[in-house]
Amino acid sequence: MNRRENLKLLFTGTLASGLLLTNCKPEDKQADLSPKISGGTPGGRIEEEVLRDQRLLSETFFSEEEKKKLNVLVDIIIPADDESGSATDAGVPDFIEFMMKDSPSYQTPVRGGLMWLDSYSNDHYGKLFLELSEKERIEIIDKIAWPEKAAPEMKSAVTFFNILRNLTATGYFTSEIGFGYLGYKGNTPNAWDGVPEEVMKKHGVELPEKYLAHYLKPEERGIVAVWDDEGNLIG
Amino acid sequence: MSFEIKSTGDTYDVIIVGSGAGGGMASKILSEAGLSVAVLEAGKDFDPAKDEDRTQLRPPWESPRRGAGTRVRPFGDFDQAIGGWDIEGEPYTRSAGTSFDWFRSRMVGGRTNHWGRISLRFGPNDFKRKSIDGMGDDWPIGYDDLKPYYDKVDKLIGVFGTKEGIFNEPDGFFLPPPKPRLHELYIMKGAKKSNMPVIPGRLSMLTRPINNERGVCFFCNQCNRACQAYADFSSGTCLVKPAMAKGKVDLFTQAMVRTVTTDDKGNATGVSFISKIDMKEYKLRSRVVVLGASACESARIMLNSKSNSHPNGVGNSSGMVGRYLHDSTGADRMGIMPDLIDRERYNEDGVGGMHVYTPWWLDNKKLDFARGYHIEYWGGMTMPSYGIGFSMDTMRKHLKDEFGNPSPNGGYGEGLKKDIRRIYGSTLGMSGRGESIPQYSNYCEIDNNVVDKYGIPVLKFHYQWTDQEVKQAKHMQDTFEEILTEAGATLLGKKPGPETMYGLATPGRIIHEVGTTRMGNNPSSSVLNSNCQAHDCKNLFVVDAGPFVSQADKNPTWTILALAWRTSDYIVSELKKKNI
Repeated sequence: MNRRENLKLLFTGTLASGLLLTNCKPEDKQADLSPKISGGTPGGRIEEEVLRDQRLLSETFFSEEEKKKLNVLVDIIIPADDESGSATDAGVPDFIEFMMKDSPSYQTPVRGGLMWLDSYSNDHYGKLFLELSEKERIEIIDKIAWPEKAAPEMKSAVTFFNILRNLTATGYFTSEIGFGYLGYKGNTPNAWDGVPEEVMKKHGVELPEKYLAHYLKPEERGIVAVWDDEGNLIG
Repeated sequence: MSFEIKSTGDTYDVIIVGSGAGGGMASKILSEAGLSVAVLEAGKDFDPAKDEDRTQLRPPWESPRRGAGTRVRPFGDFDQAIGGWDIEGEPYTRSAGTSFDWFRSRMVGGRTNHWGRISLRFGPNDFKRKSIDGMGDDWPIGYDDLKPYYDKVDKLIGVFGTKEGIFNEPDGFFLPPPKPRLHELYIMKGAKKSNMPVIPGRLSMLTRPINNERGVCFFCNQCNRACQAYADFSSGTCLVKPAMAKGKVDLFTQAMVRTVTTDDKGNATGVSFISKIDMKEYKLRSRVVVLGASACESARIMLNSKSNSHPNGVGNSSGMVGRYLHDSTGADRMGIMPDLIDRERYNEDGVGGMHVYTPWWLDNKKLDFARGYHIEYWGGMTMPSYGIGFSMDTMRKHLKDEFGNPSPNGGYGEGLKKDIRRIYGSTLGMSGRGESIPQYSNYCEIDNNVVDKYGIPVLKFHYQWTDQEVKQAKHMQDTFEEILTEAGATLLGKKPGPETMYGLATPGRIIHEVGTTRMGNNPSSSVLNSNCQAHDCKNLFVVDAGPFVSQADKNPTWTILALAWRTSDYIVSELKKKNI
């Protein structure tokens, strides 16, 4: 269903013709704000926003080396399983790259954390993080992924991993793949008629008797409301 | 007709500054009376039914920041209020040791594009607080003066709710409310044990149509993104645009008003504004000037409108413009509901706000603070956005495995992925929104040292909470813990204590600031008379929340609308009588 059809369904009566017409005059003409790089947020943007998104999208924060490390790390945090794809499948590294520029306070702890991984690998394995075996990488991750078990001297690395866990999880669960895995059902026109009966039963809750007659009945959503003088709905 | 610049020399019956709730209502009522009206708006035109303006129904991956807030949109990248606390080139200042954060929306419809659509009438007590507790002042009008207008606003704009017969929470002409969500049913159950009322919310979304011009709610939970079907109230879609379609209304966008112009006798002759397009100053003339620029912006315009006849600014012979600035109190708490972990999936979006709330239910005579608060509830299986999956380094312990052992905090891998899925929709929380006591010493004034990028002197704020508000916040925190615990939730985070004034929000953060041009019968202690007409300038009126004498524990918008309608009726009748 396209948006126009959607709207047709949503409006219950005929539209007053003036309402959807815009009063556009030649003097309303705007400067060309059409984005040259795709990926900026759509919908009612002001010039300051378009320019900022364009600038951030045109800049690169992570080096190739850092990006490789990031790809490995986000897939350790959210791997593929038999139900859904991994963080890299869901485009999480691109999201993290953007957030580094959108929220610059992330830059130092994340870049520093990625550096720390190499220093630590070097000190303990004589190799860079990317040269380690999967088992060796997990040995390091296990030292920084569990805040309550981590050694005190690991605190800054724990903070780094907390940030990376947050960003990876949020990037994943705000992607199309993540929505599928989560089972989110909304963001679509519908007629809310309360919690499904069997769910209420399972949770031991029920609708209060006194409001039953007053709640919205989906079949009446198209009827223009009419009240008596006391404010009682009579039609 | 809409203009971005219009040459000088145009004359209107009425100039309205601002297109939010007050300005929008004035534009409708005054144009319906046959008057020619100019509406000046500092931001751009905006219409959520145009696809290029639409953010509604967009999934998070259409935003490179997945819906995270920005400077322009602090409530999220898809939020439709353009402006925020910190606008490029439009600074404000604060005196040392005080705090106030000023939220503005620069767009047609103003902050009605932002608000939560909670539409509560002030009750009879809310107009007479000094008579009840001796603090602040009474309004020069009472509930009976506004009741007919509240009734008309209900029918014109639409609000759902239920008739409850609570004295200070007057009933209205309600549309049917939506059924509660699951976490709301848990809260109702918990609150019942504490003898606290939880009643259907009162929000201005059309659960049923009120006319053939606006669509009905289709339950996407995104009113803050502005509705393409016009099924929620915002001033642009429900008042300004319809007024333009039917009456003699010209809309000037990107017009930043600097002053109200006056003649030798001190009467208003129009306004002077800077066009943001060419950064030049223009003048418009009118018989009447109506300010609806928001409580603080209208005060700023009046204070900046100095002349021989108004040396302290127009309307300010009392020195009261900017004084008695006050915002609602606010505090919040959050919990996690073990019974909602691993919950069944269904579409639980609902309307863009709470389906149930708690009106103020106690007697202040038995408490150590004056004035009350209402409680708003949040939670449920809302659309994932930036922030989902955060804090598993502190939250994961609330998830138990099949043997009942708590998961360790933090982690990674398939187990973490599953746990984030399991925890989704199990957190819930509540926010108290209460009444503060208006103070002479809380105010905004012109900062003579700073101008904005249009060369207009800016506001300087002076604001400190008093013991009354702090004690109220303490009470809120105790109540929140009780409700969450009784509902079966586990409290999250530490209970805010005296070191944070019990989590009391910074003044301005609740975005209910009122009182800067307060009404009253005494011209030496108030700015406006009981018809929102300036005591010292008879063709100048204020229709935003500036005229409020006190804020009540209600969201101000419904009262702004009712008061603006009443003021507009008065303007029409005074023009007819040739009194102005």
